[in-house]
Amino acid sequence: MASTHRQAAIIGGNRIPFGKAGSAYGSVGNKDMLTAALDGLVARFGLAGERLDEVAAGAVLKHSRDFNLTREVVLGSALDPRTPAVDLQRACGTGLEAVLTVANKIALGQARVGVGGGVDSTSDAPIVVSDRLRKALLRASRAKTLKQRLSALSSIRPADLAPVAPDTGEPRTGLTMGEHQALTTARWAISREAQDEIAFASHHRLAQAYERGFFDDLITPYRGLDRDESLRPDTSLEKLATLKPVFGKQIADAEATMTAGNSTPLSDGASTVLLADEEWAGERGLPVLARVIDAQVASTDFVSGEEGLLMGGAYAIPALLARNEMTLAEFDFVEIHEAFAATVLTTLAALEDEDFCRTRLGLDGPVGSVDRERLNVTGSSLAAGHPFAATGGRIVGTLAKLLHERGESELRPSQPARGLISVCAAGGQAVTMLLEAGGSQ
Amino acid sequence: MSDKYLDLTRSGPLAVVAKKLGLPRPAKLRRTDPRSVDTPLVPGPVLVLADEGSTAEATTIAEGLLDWDLDVRRDSRLPEHERWGAVILVLTGLSHPAELSAPALELGSTLRQLASSARVITLSRSAPAPAPSPDGVAPALAAARHGVDGFVRTTAKEMRSGTTANGLVLAEGVEVTAPSVRGGLRFLLSARSAFVDGQLIAVGSSAGSEPQDWVRPLGGAVAVVTGAARGIGAEVAAVLARDGARVIGVDVPAAGEALAVTMNRVGGIALQLDITAADAAERILELARSRYGHLDIVVHNAGILRDKTLARMTADRFDALLAVNIAAPLRMNDTFAGELGGGTAPRIISLASTSGIAGNRGQSNYAASKAGVIGMTRALAAPMAQRGGTANAVAPGFIETEMTASIPPVPRQVARWSSSLQQGGQPVDVAETVAFLASPQAGGINGQTVRVCGQLMVGQ
Repeated sequence: MASTHRQAAIIGGNRIPFGKAGSAYGSVGNKDMLTAALDGLVARFGLAGERLDEVAAGAVLKHSRDFNLTREVVLGSALDPRTPAVDLQRACGTGLEAVLTVANKIALGQARVGVGGGVDSTSDAPIVVSDRLRKALLRASRAKTLKQRLSALSSIRPADLAPVAPDTGEPRTGLTMGEHQALTTARWAISREAQDEIAFASHHRLAQAYERGFFDDLITPYRGLDRDESLRPDTSLEKLATLKPVFGKQIADAEATMTAGNSTPLSDGASTVLLADEEWAGERGLPVLARVIDAQVASTDFVSGEEGLLMGGAYAIPALLARNEMTLAEFDFVEIHEAFAATVLTTLAALEDEDFCRTRLGLDGPVGSVDRERLNVTGSSLAAGHPFAATGGRIVGTLAKLLHERGESELRPSQPARGLISVCAAGGQAVTMLLEAGGSQ
Repeated sequence: MSDKYLDLTRSGPLAVVAKKLGLPRPAKLRRTDPRSVDTPLVPGPVLVLADEGSTAEATTIAEGLLDWDLDVRRDSRLPEHERWGAVILVLTGLSHPAELSAPALELGSTLRQLASSARVITLSRSAPAPAPSPDGVAPALAAARHGVDGFVRTTAKEMRSGTTANGLVLAEGVEVTAPSVRGGLRFLLSARSAFVDGQLIAVGSSAGSEPQDWVRPLGGAVAVVTGAARGIGAEVAAVLARDGARVIGVDVPAAGEALAVTMNRVGGIALQLDITAADAAERILELARSRYGHLDIVVHNAGILRDKTLARMTADRFDALLAVNIAAPLRMNDTFAGELGGGTAPRIISLASTSGIAGNRGQSNYAASKAGVIGMTRALAAPMAQRGGTANAVAPGFIETEMTASIPPVPRQVARWSSSLQQGGQPVDVAETVAFLASPQAGGINGQTVRVCGQLMVGQ
């Protein structure tokens, strides 16, 4: 079915370096960061003053004043102010969903060129006031007389003033994302060492990619940062082994293995991806790094406990492979978002597990395994950080460039290299995407 | 970046104090208004004077100026309330120094009636090169022609209110209608040359062509500017774009934030690239060709400072500076050679410095690199001419940038006052000269180093 429509070309990506929560970008919000990422993209491709057909982006933690965030960002950018924009959200899958939205419009001929992206700030997160205070303030704002207003305000009690801090808890279970993952980690008996190895590889591979200049045309520095703030090029397995577990301490019969070292840090950042139809790109001499071939979303029933919160990828990936008649062994690159090192490992374990694949997926045997040398080859979220909605754009930009560098597949002779992306998200969701290397223009 | 002293002494009580104390009172220079480029070209009528042997050429020049809708006059008398916008002194026919007297004194009689930021421009012939044979050169001719040099530089030093004096020096055989004589004249007349003062620009040939549009002479050209994120490089990118060029701005990845802002402002492309990388020129060429089909103009602007007196100098400071300031342009030119052009004529323009001409304490490495740029430019002239192009250098004097803002206040003010215009230049002044040398009408100027220094009192 992939051949019945035109494919969206990925021209390039741009992001700002990801900052640690409360640090380099502590004083800026989503609008500023996304504008910086977008303007960097515009400058890289010489698009100042151009009217694009769509800019789709979103944020997971969003202030109510940012109701039209992406459009406001466009208006503050170097793009033609007549460029339309849409906000969307699918938790941590927001960035990838935004890229997919634009890619689909291009595939259907509804747009020729657009930008997908995302942004999040955990430093500038909205603080929610208590329901009683909020209701009193709303009553006061509706009041017609001074007496009514005073009466509304006088109903506020000191306890109502305590803010409700943001957290990453699931509304239906009350568990944080880390606690949810800890349950899955225990179920699949993932070892501490295996998780630390994922974290170690993430930092070293990301550092190496920076060293070879890989990010020179993927990142525009911002506010004094020119590398991701969470990156620890000198981290070692020994250092990682010294960290105390933070999640899973309440689980009986299982050792707590998830630490601050093998869990992603809270981060701030923004990313963007430029997509177009190939004709549009060709007219302007723009490169086609990769093409969007297909995508698949899935959700799990994590509320009943039937499946883990972050296991959506184990369901979306097999569906995507089946539709495109591919196996895991045919991908030159696989990008699995490192929400936690254990998320990557439990997803891979499930895909390798015969029982899981038979009973949960209804397949005849295991989906297969991923060659670790092809997994997250330039590091992922553990080292780069994970500003929720910005992660999808980061991965797409990175993978598109990797595919372009590779060109012909090492695994599928005389075929373009292919890459797979899987990003898990709150609510038991996952977004996966299949990209193929594009020819140089 | 601004000169507070200049702002404060322009008017008000401090202007009176400065005048009484005999302190410098720098003028606000007339600069190009991007909304009405070259309009008006000069701030008043243009007077064309000549020595006796040059009247025919003076007439040709005066007629040529009419193309630009100028108020051209030949009579040096002017009603009292009027002010000259420019005086052009045609001295191409000089054969003996004594012949300079009459036109020089006639020019002198007009100086009290110059407008602010007016122009004095001489046109003369280059002094013949010393010939090997004993009877090769007439000493009187050489004396007359080279005499113009001292005359122009002195006139520049006597000017007030932002007026400058410069000269065009024509090689033997170059007609006064040659593109670069007309182009050079227009540049020197215009606000584009605000901070060029006391300079003699050599027009070596009749090469080049008049642009289709004098206001946007770089239409159809593709240019790359290194070090484009801030300061002079950012202004060069902006002025090249204003003049019609499509611009690729290059800077190190760490400067990417400012580079993106600059390139979005000028509608160009930002390329985050370290020019010391072995494949830097290939990557620039590839980008230019894939996006625009060709690359015509290269501006080697990227440069660093690593100041220390020689006794305290370290190898890393010396080597790092040479790598960026001169080794990278040399290597890049090897790749660019023969690959430039296709839109407009090939141009290589490199940033030198008055430090490279006169030397500067604490800058042995920098001065060597910038003098090196001047040498490189001379050597490139012949091969570039063979390909229908040119190579030139621009040597800024004291320019108000983030870099010079870090100089302590007293030496900074002294540096400003050390020029005839008694102020620092703006980055745009350097950019205007780069853009002129990049233009098709500058095709007869090759291998030269043009100073943009307000006639800084160091070197020539």
